[in-house]
Amino acid sequence: MLQKLSCTGYVRMCGLGGILNRYGERMPGREIIRMSCMMRDRYDGRGGGFAGYGIYPRYAEYYALHLFFRDEIAKERTEELLKDRVAIIKDEPVPMRRVKEIPQENIVWRYFVEVPHRFRDRREYLEKEEDYITELVFTINDCIDGAFVASSGKNMGVFKATGMPDAVAEMYKVEKYRAYCWITHGRFPTNTPGWWGGAHPFNLLDWSVVHNGEISSYGTNRRYLEAHGYKCRLLTDTEVVAYLFDLLVRRQGLSMRTAAVALTPPFWKQIERMPEPKRSAFTALRMTYSQAMLNGPFAVIITNRDTMVGLNDRIKLRPLIAASSEDCVYLASEEAAIREVENDIEKLWAPRAGNPVIARLNEEVREEVIH
Amino acid sequence: MVRNFPPDFVVRVDKEACINCMRCIRECPFGVHEYDKEKKRWKRHHDKCVACLRCAYMCPTQAISIERSPMEYSPHPVWTNRVRKDIKTQAETGAVILTAMGNELPYMSYFDRLVLDACQVTNPSIDPLREPMELRTYIGRKPEKVEIEEEDSSIRLRTKLAPNLKLETPIMFAHMSYGSISIEAHLSMARAAKEVGTYMGTGEGGMHVELYPYADHIITQVASGRFAVHEEYLKRGAAIEIKIGQGAKPGIGGHLPGKKVTEEISRTRMIPEGSDAISPAPHHDIYSIEDLSRLIYALKEATRYKKPVFVKIAAVHNVAPIAVGIIRAGADAVVIDGFRAGTGAAPQVHRDHHGIPIEAAIASVDRRLREEGIRHWGSIIASGGIRSSADVAKAIALGADAVYIGTAALIALGCTVCKKCYTGKCAWGIATQDPELRKRLDPEEGARRAANLLRAWSHELKEILGALGLNSIESLRSNRDRLRGVGLSEPELRVLGVKPAGE
Ligand code: SF4
Ligand code: SF4
Repeated sequence: MLQKLSCTGYVRMCGLGGILNRYGERMPGREIIRMSCMMRDRYDGRGGGFAGYGIYPRYAEYYALHLFFRDEIAKERTEELLKDRVAIIKDEPVPMRRVKEIPQENIVWRYFVEVPHRFRDRREYLEKEEDYITELVFTINDCIDGAFVASSGKNMGVFKATGMPDAVAEMYKVEKYRAYCWITHGRFPTNTPGWWGGAHPFNLLDWSVVHNGEISSYGTNRRYLEAHGYKCRLLTDTEVVAYLFDLLVRRQGLSMRTAAVALTPPFWKQIERMPEPKRSAFTALRMTYSQAMLNGPFAVIITNRDTMVGLNDRIKLRPLIAASSEDCVYLASEEAAIREVENDIEKLWAPRAGNPVIARLNEEVREEVIH
Repeated sequence: MVRNFPPDFVVRVDKEACINCMRCIRECPFGVHEYDKEKKRWKRHHDKCVACLRCAYMCPTQAISIERSPMEYSPHPVWTNRVRKDIKTQAETGAVILTAMGNELPYMSYFDRLVLDACQVTNPSIDPLREPMELRTYIGRKPEKVEIEEEDSSIRLRTKLAPNLKLETPIMFAHMSYGSISIEAHLSMARAAKEVGTYMGTGEGGMHVELYPYADHIITQVASGRFAVHEEYLKRGAAIEIKIGQGAKPGIGGHLPGKKVTEEISRTRMIPEGSDAISPAPHHDIYSIEDLSRLIYALKEATRYKKPVFVKIAAVHNVAPIAVGIIRAGADAVVIDGFRAGTGAAPQVHRDHHGIPIEAAIASVDRRLREEGIRHWGSIIASGGIRSSADVAKAIALGADAVYIGTAALIALGCTVCKKCYTGKCAWGIATQDPELRKRLDPEEGARRAANLLRAWSHELKEILGALGLNSIESLRSNRDRLRGVGLSEPELRVLGVKPAGE
């Protein structure tokens, strides 16, 4: 049963949390909701959300598009575009309950789609199917007024809205889904409008990001991404984190650890002290990805279908705690959120500034020492 | 005909204080002070005074002060004093008016209409005294991506990087040739550059042997006159810069009069002593972008692809596509010289009326390179009218990787911007080859001041970054979101890519 919350905290910030079941066993949404509720002091109710991986096993091979529509016209126009670009295997409304805290402003629909073979010689089909879907997502977000793709990965989905995370969870019936990886976010927005699309998690393909803080290098990062064909919609500075991981890991083939080196690199002084060949590699990464480097106070959790990564800015200006138990790995803004759902913690620690904590299915969780 | 030409300045001497030591006569290179021994009377040729202030500061009793001449033509808003004087000068000489230093017309400065952001509450500012703050900048071509070989904890680079210059601060000393300025000025900047971990440009006059110890911090230049260009020269420097044009006189060449080509200059430039050193307006082997590309690769071949090659152009109307062409032609960096850039000698009409402001040029070149997806192919170095660390920060936020400073560096060495560099009589020993005048600049003291300027600006840059909540200069690059325009029109804001203040 969901607790009803009232917001009493005075100090408000964003809060984030994540759970990955190392063996890929699917867990109901209940625990992530409890983690989220534990950090209620950090939110102000202007945005909350969840992402779950493994929630659509029956449609696992299709892209699951979660869409927000402001009205029927936006929905019709989007469906026209979808029919032109992809094959829709199934579509349905995302099941929702009415909650009084959140006025139901949007039509929320999901589409399971695939890219038929015959589309592969199309102009929009660059090299990979993922790029084709990315292009589709950007086209909907950019060109169709009142339509927004909340998530576009396979066997996963994002549930978010303007409201407290618990109300969002109740509205979307998050407790009914089962996922092997969950992340959550509650928002205290200071810099971007509190619209549904602006809530976290922010998603593209399999990448989802929740973020606490501010990306002060946003302008630099955005221009770098735009030069690589990404379109930033200015809804939240978080989007650049998702796109940067997509660019560095999916498109350019860097490992998660190396991508983290590029995004939160050690200081030059540290690099100079490194032995070869590490020093050359780190120098080259910093030189090449100087515009991808994330600056400003932040803690983020990034997920894709088999990995959950926690990352802090280079001087750790936002909290992030990691923990592991027999079969789960946890990341959260606050230790209390982890203790709320796990009694048998084997290890709990505060990762160092700039070091990524990488949890992967079937592997031990590791804090990669890059700083 | 009466020469009705009021002087710009008047020299006032306090008769009580003057001890008739005659020092002012020796100090003034322009022949302003004259003493008639027979009549025991002073005469001051006010019309020759350029307000370099040398005599005033060297007078042992501080008897001299230089003032703006109160005598002017009757005011007129269109036919200003300057316009009338120019016409009269030309009526007298029938010649082009020569001048020096940067554009003197009161064009608006975009730098002064741009303001920087600062952190409050939601993103904490960073104290550079407590936290690391990084200014290091690499100039040159970067790969699109790097390939890394990873095994457990070991990590190895598989991409071969193009040569880059490593700058500890994103400020370099601009190209000013030996010949236009003295060896003492060159030495001062070379030492400072090496000490601070940045670079200086030789200009087109070659590298004097005394500069060899600092060669790893010197960028050599290949200009249309091809002075001093030989394999050793190219290999000795850290990078090579091809000068196509310069901001103070876009589209025209240069001319070092034969009388300035002393023995040492003739040796360094590899031209006969006493001969005029002419730099033609275009390179006579570059009439297209293909020709430029050939020269770039010829220089790279000559240096075994170990030195980055830059190409410098004046900021002109079409600067963005030209810069893109230059980068595509193989340059590792494009140097854009704005219309405020200084010079040792230029026709006034060119200096004051050609080219565009550097701020607009940076913004449009950065944008165009990004649109074409080739921003990483080369760096952008901005120059021309950078006066302070704030200008540096704004130039970087608009999209530059680093800046060159010329006039500011000379001011640090003692220049008072009297604009008489082309006369070769610089009273402060900078823009001169006169052995007596040159003694006035001590390279050691010069190096100390030039290095101090770099340190002071670097320090301020760190403070600026801290206030912006950034701890590395690369996060400011092209971060136009951290700039706002004050009092700029919509098209101007669009070109600069910044929002108006309050938005
Ligand atoms: S030109 Fe310079 S040295 Fe000569 S009188 Fe004027 S200020 Fe003095
Ligand atoms: S360098 Fe010398 S001549 Fe030129 S402006 Fe400065 S002080 Fe005057």
